Amino acid sequence: MKTLVVVVALALALVLQTRLAPFLVLGTSPLDLVLIVVVYVAITSGPTTGLLAGAAAGLAQDALSSGILGIGGLAKTVVGYLVGLASTQFIVAGPLPRFLTFLASTVIHAGIFMGLYELLNLRDFGFPWGGVLGQGVANALVGIVVLQAIELLPGAAERRQQRSGGGGMRTSRRLD
Amino acid sequence: MPVLEHRRGGSAVLFVLVVVAHIVLISAQVTSKSGMPVLQSVAFGMVAELQRGGAGAVGGVSSLWNGYVDLRGARDENQRLRQQLADTQIRLQQERALAQRSGELTRLLDLRNRVGLVTTAAEVIAASATPDFRTVTIGKGTTSGLRPDMAVLSPEGVVGRVIVPSARAAKVQLLIDRNAAVGALVERTRAQGVAMGRGEETLQLEYVLGTSDVKVGDVVVTSGIDGIYPKGFVIGRIDYVDRAGGALKQIRIQPAVNFTSLEDVLVVLTPQTSDPAAPAPGAPDTAR
Repeated sequence: MKTLVVVVALALALVLQTRLAPFLVLGTSPLDLVLIVVVYVAITSGPTTGLLAGAAAGLAQDALSSGILGIGGLAKTVVGYLVGLASTQFIVAGPLPRFLTFLASTVIHAGIFMGLYELLNLRDFGFPWGGVLGQGVANALVGIVVLQAIELLPGAAERRQQRSGGGGMRTSRRLD
Repeated sequence: MPVLEHRRGGSAVLFVLVVVAHIVLISAQVTSKSGMPVLQSVAFGMVAELQRGGAGAVGGVSSLWNGYVDLRGARDENQRLRQQLADTQIRLQQERALAQRSGELTRLLDLRNRVGLVTTAAEVIAASATPDFRTVTIGKGTTSGLRPDMAVLSPEGVVGRVIVPSARAAKVQLLIDRNAAVGALVERTRAQGVAMGRGEETLQLEYVLGTSDVKVGDVVVTSGIDGIYPKGFVIGRIDYVDRAGGALKQIRIQPAVNFTSLEDVLVVLTPQTSDPAAPAPGAPDTAR
């Protein structure tokens, strides 16, 4: 069930990203809804699920774009794994940790994505770190809102409490 | 999905595998600057680096072997090569000497053809035994037709005369000997005199009138009046004229022949007859 939810969420994010791209701008920064979903999945499910979700979402995004197949997948794989790994080590339930997580995820994703394109001499991005930080902030704001909204859904709090054994502050239940 | 979160080590392995798969996927699509797929380019680069390392290692071992271990025979080879070099240098000197001698003989042959006299070539085999006498010994004697008072010439000019012939050698008195003299005339003005040896490297031209037109640089040749030396052969060039003299001028001649480097000479086998023309005023018997 959870897998299906993740797949649906990723698919929805992809559709929204591809259909509503002109409107997915917060201020001057475009949102990356797929990245938000990947980060969310990694936070709630751990590194393995995070990296698989990242790989799948990134590959799908690459397939739908005109870029090299695998670069976005690799970037999101790394992000999903790192965020998942971080969420097992640190408490990322509060707004600020989540904000930082989304911001860092965006920066890491952009660094890998643009860095690979630059490294392979395929495209010159000029390292727009201001834009990347803006996108990170936008992603973080949207991500925090989405996460809070999901957690406010009926039964979400109970499920989270069950997963965490009732006493932990971690957002997901992992055996590692 | 949470069932996937089983072991951290497993997720790490999975992460590496997924990353590698992505890299392979990217490499398969991207071509390098040379037009080759990046995957192939990277693989080739890695293999090439391995090859380079292998070649470097082999080269190092080979260099070590050739530079140190395999030098056992180098000493013997070095000595052998040194000996070969010495032999070659000696042979080169011999060849050079032969070439030089060949050139000298050629010039001598030219001289013989030019003078139209009956001559014989002889090699200078020894110099004077004492510095007081400026003589040389040549390698031909009476058996070759040499007689006393025969003129001895070289391509540069007059050398001297035969004074003591033996069967297979002869002593030649050089023009610069203290007792040598030769009838001479200044080529430009035909002023006559007697060129006399001084025991030094120059000659003295005597008995030239003070009114004669003689100057430094004039060529002095044999006059032929002495009955020994054929007429017209170069004796030398005037390098000093004493104008303060009285009736006779004091004139010094730089000989044309370098007497210190004589090797081959021509001996005129036909004795000259004295020129009936009158000698220079006051000239002594030149064949002293």
